[in-house]
Order: sequence, then structure tokens, then C-alpha cells
Amino acid sequence: MNIYAQEKKLLDAVAANDRAVIESIYRENFPPIQAFVLKNNGFADDAKDIFQEAMIVLFEKAKLDSFVLTCQIKTYLYSVSRRLWLKKLQRENRHYPGIEMLLETVPVEDEIEVHEKNNADLTIMEKALLKIGEPCKSILEAFYIQKKSMPEIAETFGYTNADNAKTQKYKCLGRLKKTFFLQYKNGE
Amino acid sequence: MEDNLLLDAIERYRNSEMSAEEKVFFEELRKNNPEIDQLVAEHNFFLGELDKMSDLKAYRQSLVEIESKLVNEGVISQKEMRGKAKISYLWGRYRRTIGVAASIAGIVSISTATIVSSYTEKKNVAAITPLVDNKLQKMEHKINQIESKMNVASTIVVVPAKPKFEANFRATGFLADGKGYIITNAHVVNNARNLIVENQKGEQFYAKAVYANKTTDLAILKIVDTSFHKLSGLPYTFSKSATELGEHIFTLGYPREEVVYGEGYLSAKSGYFGDTTSYQVSISVNPGNSGGPVVNKNGEIIGIISSKETNADGVVFAIKSKNIYNALKEVIEKDTIKLPVTNTLKGLDRVQQIKKLEDFVYMVKGN
Repeated sequence: MNIYAQEKKLLDAVAANDRAVIESIYRENFPPIQAFVLKNNGFADDAKDIFQEAMIVLFEKAKLDSFVLTCQIKTYLYSVSRRLWLKKLQRENRHYPGIEMLLETVPVEDEIEVHEKNNADLTIMEKALLKIGEPCKSILEAFYIQKKSMPEIAETFGYTNADNAKTQKYKCLGRLKKTFFLQYKNGE
Repeated sequence: MEDNLLLDAIERYRNSEMSAEEKVFFEELRKNNPEIDQLVAEHNFFLGELDKMSDLKAYRQSLVEIESKLVNEGVISQKEMRGKAKISYLWGRYRRTIGVAASIAGIVSISTATIVSSYTEKKNVAAITPLVDNKLQKMEHKINQIESKMNVASTIVVVPAKPKFEANFRATGFLADGKGYIITNAHVVNNARNLIVENQKGEQFYAKAVYANKTTDLAILKIVDTSFHKLSGLPYTFSKSATELGEHIFTLGYPREEVVYGEGYLSAKSGYFGDTTSYQVSISVNPGNSGGPVVNKNGEIIGIISSKETNADGVVFAIKSKNIYNALKEVIEKDTIKLPVTNTLKGLDRVQQIKKLEDFVYMVKGN
């Protein structure tokens, strides 16, 4: 109970994008995962990519309200990374030597499926943003992604006042929404 | 207009910026009007997706920065093992492949020897053009001269106009070390008496060639101008691993007096007539692009634009970045050159990557 309460606190910090906590998790958990990837037909760069993706899976999970931690972060990250690496080897038709690290693992298939769905949704949004063109893309990114204020945006993009910029923003948002849902529903 | 009001209301509701009364009114409106309720639900979901994207981008940025911090501290090894450990590791890994490769190599070499000897009469006609712009138009010169005169005439001289000589060719180069070492092609600097490099702000510096190898077509220039200040934070790294066919790449160069962006893909792993020290890329380049960096999507430099086939469209050759290491070894004996190790371009979108990159790509001119 005590350990899990501590780990839950760490996860909340991850969800809040707390640099110090993320860094400590990075330091502690990267070495075994790097060792696993290197021993199983991978390079140092592969290990870095796999670990980052596992950190993103952890982040997505930490963001969910319904998330209940059933194992230590260490075990979770290792299990996800291992699964991701095996998937990658399989996808690229590469040899898997099957060397294990004698660390505990938990099943994470479902989580990775959710993660892949999230990735797909994100790609749809990114494509939609590209499709609507400039200045719409930059205005929407400034407001919704970089969270800049409306007066600030009005100034950068040369609108006379924040209200004008706002009208433009909603026009753009309408277009983005249309493009997004068109793709999203097609993909379903 | 009404739509905008509704969207605005939804956003304020989401961000809990509504007063208590307004909130009650809004919830009432939703309850009594299924159409609006549906719209609200849809918009809520959509905004949720945007929020997710925003959070994820911020988080990714943190991850990338932490990674490069740890690489710099040496916590994460930059490259794999060195020396004996590496050899035995590689041997263990590729033992089988090497065995197969060796036997195939034996068969192939015998058969190629036969084929080659029967075809040697067919000579290959050199038909590649180096991409140096030798025809700097008179007009452009005139304009430059007028411009520099105007700069002198006006009281606010921002850029010191320096061209005391008339350049007769133009190419591209990029920094390998912030101390002022620039990589470009050997055919650019061959026979040049004077060399000037210019950054995209228009500042010009005198440079000299400290290395030029006609075989690999690589040259290294050093900026020898006292007005040059050491630059830090080179955002790219040099790729050591092989690039795959079809990988998307881009380049920046100076086919005009202004920096020009071009993008394309890797089309073959060898260059002109099977030259394994270069790649064939499909990218639109013109005289003046010579010496430009070829960058992959992670911001690693995989090659240097060198030439294109004269009689074919879109067949361009780029020297593999591996060759740079050999070139550097020869220069290092005289001075230490440190290639950048931290890549800050990874994960950024293209526009941001170009913005960071363009400060380190130089125009090379001379006569």
C-alpha cells in the first residue's frame, strides 16, 4: 500500500509534466531497458526511442482518471518497452535472440493497443492541421497547443484587436473540426 | 456569428470561466435542446483531442531535453561500446551473416570478374555536373554594388559591406564546429584565390581552405576573419548509421542570393556509377547547392550535396557523411575540431527545424 501510494504521487507528477520527477525516472529506469534492447539485436538509438515511447505510454496512462496502479513503475516501464521492442523486431522482420533480463513483467498488450489508437488519432489531427493551411494552422497552434493568450496572438499575427483575432480563430477552428471529423469518422 | 458565441460559451464552460448564473442557464439550454447538446458534446471531445495533443507535445519536449542532458552527462551512452568489447559484440551478432556473406562474395567476385572483362570496352562517359554556380549574373553584381553603395551612403550601416572583389562562383557550406570550420565540396574551392562565406543575415567573413580532397570531393574551410565570433549550439549531429531507401530528407542551399529549401528522398545507396561513398537522392537542386547539408527527419546530417547527372532529371548525388570523419582526422592534427553531439532538431516540425538550421548554413563565394 505504502509503496503504491508513493508511486502514485510520482505518476501524478509525470502527468503534470514535472521535469525533475521525469528525469529521476529516466535515470533509474533507462539502463535495464537499454541493456535489454542492446542484447536483443538493437542499437543504442533504438533503446532511446523505445524508452521514450514507453514513457509516453506511461504518461497517457497517468493522465487517465480511471488509472489504477497494479505494479511498480519500474516493472511497468520495463514490460511496455520489452513489448514495444518485440513488436518492432517482428514488424521489421528482424531476428529476435530471445534474451531475457530476469526482471518481472506484467501483461501490457491492451495498453499498447490504446497507445496505438492514440497515436493514430494524433496523426489525424496533425494531418488536419496541415490541411487547413496558414495562417489558420499557426493561430490554432498558438492558442490551443502553446496556450498563448488572445491579445498576444492578435499582436503576433497583426490583428487590430483580440476580438478580431478571436473571430478568425473560430473560423479556423470550424474548418479544422470539419477536416478532423471527416477523417476520424472515415477511420472508424 | 451565433455559432461563434456558442463555441465561445463551450470553451468558457470547459475552462470554468462562467459565473454561476450563466452556468445554470447554459446547462438548462443543453437539457432543453438536444441539437445543442450534441454540438456541445462533439466540441468537447474535439477540444479534448487538442488538449491531449498540447500536453503530449510539451511532454515530448521535456523527454527530448532530458535525454540530451543525460547524454551530455554521460549517463546515457552516446554510442555503443568501444574497442575489444565492441568487436566481440559485433562478431557475436553478425557471425552468421558474415559467414553467408563471405561465401556469396567468393562466388560473386568470380562471376563479376568474368562479366567485367567481357564488357570493359563500354566506357562510361562522364556526365555529371558539379553544382557550383559559375554564372553569377552581371545584373546581380550590379544590384549588390548598388546596394553596398547605398549602405555606405545611409548613416545606419547594419551590415558591413565587404566584397572588395567580384565573386565568380557561388556554392553552399555548413558549420562543423562553432569555431568557424565549414564543410563544403572540394570542387568548390579548387582554383579559388579568395574565399568569402556569408551567413543568412548577410554578414561576410574571409575564409581559407584547410583541407581539400579531390577523390572524396570534400573540403574544410576555416573562417579567418577577426570579426567572426565563435558560435555555439549547433543543432544537428552527423549520422553514422546507414540511411534507408525512401527516407525523407531535405537541404538548404544558396542557388540564389537567398537561402533556398528543398526536400526529397533517398533513392539509392550508391552514387554515380556505383560509387559507394555517396548516395543518390531525389531532390530539386541547382548550381549553387553544392556543399549543402542533406538532413534527415531527425535532424541528422546524412550527406553533402555534390553533383547531379546532366542528362537525367532529378538524379542528384550526395557524399555520405561518414567521409567527413576521415577528412576531419587529417585536419585534427593541426587543430582540434569537435563535431556537435547534441541534436536539438529531433521531434520538431520542419519549419522549426529550418529556423534553427539556417543560421549555420553559409554561402561560399570566391574568385
